Amino acid sequence: MKILFPLIAVIVLVLVALAGVDGAHLQTLFGIYIPYAALAVFLVGIVLRVIGWARSPVPFRIPTTCGQQKTLPWIKADNLESPHNTLGVIGRMALEVFFFRSLFRNLKADYDENRTGNELTYGSAKWLWAAGLAFHWSFLFIFLRHLRFFSEPIFFFVPFLETMDGLLQIGVPRLFMTDLVILAAVTFLFARRIVSPQVRYISLPADFFPLFLILAIALSGIFMRYITKVDIVSVKAFTMSLVSFNPTLPKGIGSVFYVHIFLVSTLFAYFPFSKLVHMAGVFLSPTRNLANNSRAKRHINPWNPDVKVHTYAEYEDEFRDVMKAAGLPLEKE
Amino acid sequence: MAKTPSPQELSKINHEPSNDGWMEMPVDFRPGTWCYSGKASALETLELPNPREWQPTDEDWKLPDNWETIIYEGFRERLKKFRSLKIFMDTCVRCGACADKCHFFLGSGDPKNMPVLRAELLRSVYRKDFTTAGKILGKLAGARKLTKDVLKEWFYYFYQCTECRRCSVFCPYGIDTAEVTMMARELLHLVGVNINWVLEPAAKCFTTGNHLGLLPHTFKDSIESLCEDIEDVTGIHIDVPLNKKGADVLFITPSADVFADPGIYTFMGYLLLFEHIGLNYTMSTYASEGGNFGLFTNNETMKKLNSKMYAEAKRLGVKWILGGECGHMWRVVHQYMDTMNGPADFLEVPKSPITGTVFENAASTKMVHITEFTADLIKHGKLKFDPRRNDHRHVTFHDSCNPARAMGLFEEPRYIIKQVCNNFHEMPENTIREQTFCCGSGTGLNTDEYMEMRMRGGLPRASAVKHVHQKHGVDLLSCICAIDRATLSTLMQYWVPAVEVSGVHELVGNALIMEGENERTTDLRDEPLEGMEDDE
Amino acid sequence: MKLKSCLKEKRATILERWYQAIIDTYPSESAKHFNNQDPFANPVGFTISDTIGFLYDSLLREEDTEEEIAQALDSMVRIRAVQDFSPSQAVAFVFQLKKVIRAELSGVIDSEKVSEEWGRFEERIDRLALVSFDVYMKCREKIYELRTHEFKSRAWRLLERANMVGVISEESSPNC
Repeated sequence: MKILFPLIAVIVLVLVALAGVDGAHLQTLFGIYIPYAALAVFLVGIVLRVIGWARSPVPFRIPTTCGQQKTLPWIKADNLESPHNTLGVIGRMALEVFFFRSLFRNLKADYDENRTGNELTYGSAKWLWAAGLAFHWSFLFIFLRHLRFFSEPIFFFVPFLETMDGLLQIGVPRLFMTDLVILAAVTFLFARRIVSPQVRYISLPADFFPLFLILAIALSGIFMRYITKVDIVSVKAFTMSLVSFNPTLPKGIGSVFYVHIFLVSTLFAYFPFSKLVHMAGVFLSPTRNLANNSRAKRHINPWNPDVKVHTYAEYEDEFRDVMKAAGLPLEKE
Repeated sequence: MAKTPSPQELSKINHEPSNDGWMEMPVDFRPGTWCYSGKASALETLELPNPREWQPTDEDWKLPDNWETIIYEGFRERLKKFRSLKIFMDTCVRCGACADKCHFFLGSGDPKNMPVLRAELLRSVYRKDFTTAGKILGKLAGARKLTKDVLKEWFYYFYQCTECRRCSVFCPYGIDTAEVTMMARELLHLVGVNINWVLEPAAKCFTTGNHLGLLPHTFKDSIESLCEDIEDVTGIHIDVPLNKKGADVLFITPSADVFADPGIYTFMGYLLLFEHIGLNYTMSTYASEGGNFGLFTNNETMKKLNSKMYAEAKRLGVKWILGGECGHMWRVVHQYMDTMNGPADFLEVPKSPITGTVFENAASTKMVHITEFTADLIKHGKLKFDPRRNDHRHVTFHDSCNPARAMGLFEEPRYIIKQVCNNFHEMPENTIREQTFCCGSGTGLNTDEYMEMRMRGGLPRASAVKHVHQKHGVDLLSCICAIDRATLSTLMQYWVPAVEVSGVHELVGNALIMEGENERTTDLRDEPLEGMEDDE
Repeated sequence: MKLKSCLKEKRATILERWYQAIIDTYPSESAKHFNNQDPFANPVGFTISDTIGFLYDSLLREEDTEEEIAQALDSMVRIRAVQDFSPSQAVAFVFQLKKVIRAELSGVIDSEKVSEEWGRFEERIDRLALVSFDVYMKCREKIYELRTHEFKSRAWRLLERANMVGVISEESSPNC
């Protein structure tokens, strides 16, 4: 059920696009209105989401410390795992965002038969980290490569990325490694949700839907590039017309193109309302983006509540007799 | 007579995987896995809502009539007040990296003990009440309605989390289940659902200044009797200043150190150290508790209880505060105290009167951890040790969760232990430092009716201890946490009976060569030191 | 001796099925996790597999004393003693070995030649069950001993300092 439903949803999306373009000839809707609307939803949605987060204060400084704090000068402080200044925080966040530092730590309880007797060990489990990293980086590469269609002159880094990505020099058009990597990574992430009993148990439909959606986007893109060899020139003319807010529908472009566009639009529109907001959320996580210097610098809680305390005066009033008998110093005799 | 079941029938609980998933599985309150409810008197002292007589096994929990509204409003208020809660509700992708990092999950196999699922218990209700997708799509979006069964489930599982933060080390977004559990417990408190083992110590701490409810003269008596013990072992007479004005330093440690075995030996270690260096210090009967069970209740109660530290430091006119070995106390001091009850501008930036070292890392909070203080003394050669007095022990060190993952205190205790002991062995690397395993009894779950769950939760820690016990003959598990000292002792008696538990300063106390002391023939526990009788 | 060689030959299969049978004694949700592709993905699974391997070999060896067997059983029963099992459920895993072997070696056991040998083997399994019950009881007694110990050490100290310890009650709580 939790796998089937998202799968059907993605298939329906594909069929809607095909029926809309091939059957109802709604090219204008699918090629122009929906992409614009989706982008608007994405931008507004993400901005509102981040503002929503940012409006809640961070009352306490609660970094998770994974390394030695800064204390005495002769003890080596770990500024990346337990940052004591802004530079350290930036470093820690960079490691987290670009290299998934925390996932890299992942381990798996395991055991080793070869040593003396059986022995419980906690071995490292890097597969999730590797697949996650491969997926996100190839997604980023592919996203940036697509800027070729949205810039004139083409952004300087795009040809460079394409050269890097096509380093294998296989086939015409040249095979981009990231296309294969993203397929493999998504397949792995999907398989993991099926095969690992723990992960299957915790997975929700909302975990499978983006995987299927991204897989469908990648497949439709690959299909156009390598199999139907879509007319790049007319695609670019169309995308540039979108960029210049003077949209003109391309001619002679297959319906797969519209499927691709529609799925990407869906992803964009879905993004702010789903777990995909982790892209933005990771930057605001208080256990990661704060310095571990709360004893050196006072952190302010804007809503610090007034509470009723039990004062020393009240304490002494209640226990004066026994305190006096025990010879403890008193404020009032 | 009924047919006797076969072993197969007996042991098959329910082989069929449930198709409904976890959302519809109601909680079964089995003995040993839950704690007694908070007593009405404790709730009244702390001014918490809905004081009444009830127990978790009752069908009717006597919730207020509008309990759903109370929880809903409380949830909304907390989303506005804590960015952490909002982010942690929204960003989880259920990657499962945290799943097998929880000691309760490893020991019990109960899937709702996976941190991700523990948080989903709250998240599912969040989605239903506060997200568009959850309101429209319901279960499909992972949302569910808050019912009494869900509330019972919250109580059960959020009191099976010790807020140890191990999962948050592995989470790619830093989602901290401790934070989620704190929020859930705050919500449960709004409708009067809580446990006595947290609330009674908190209430006693509020009135008497410490968890055990020791009145001023009893606190004094206890310390004096420990001083007699010190004199028996070392021949050194110590007077502990109490409520003394004008001392340099106010010393605050968990009251368990004054009262409970084996914390008392750690306490003797502190006293010997202060005597050794001639520190001008005082302790307080009013602020006689380092621990703060308010941390396990709600942020207001935490602030209430914590306020005594600064108030007493101000009243006594000390320069700065020194804190003993305690885990959650240091979470509060390091990450909350200054924010809640500061600024402590009536104190000075801590400076060791012996070495002159200025503790810049505590420049604002003005409170120093005793291992930081002692490590500095050792580094400057101010302490005279005979580490052979710990030769009868093979020692390992357990990083207590809070000093490890909420403070980053790793090197100081290790440095001290290596200076005062000759036999030190680390546990396997993935079970120490920031990846340390909890004792299984933190956050006020160290009560006896909860024993089975404590033993399960402590299994991963015990396995690692057993490993070094078998490999290196380790027989002493040292730590810097009062709850650890009490609960690890029990845990060891069940899983690795040959291993005892101590604080770091107990080892310091054993090794310190005091001026004018008798020749030591026993350690602070009165256990004989092998080969020390004929040693010059 | 025929049975024994069969049991030796089929060791891996029998142990795997026995392990499976034990894992199935956990509630379905937990079972799924212990029943990972890698059966040792956690201390519980690890201990079970480690222990039953030893027990099986010990049944074949016929050399180990009751004490040694009890020691081997200890680590596994100790875990089951603090999990959600009734006493009978906690030790039923021993008897499951019989069923597993019967299923695996049905042809061999039914033949008359080994029936006597099988009878003796069954007796040894029964003895194992009795020992495991002893171990289970010891663990449960330990739990209650620890509980009373913790309770007593508190109560004793409270008594010791009677009248000197503040107790939260309506009368003594301050007006706040």
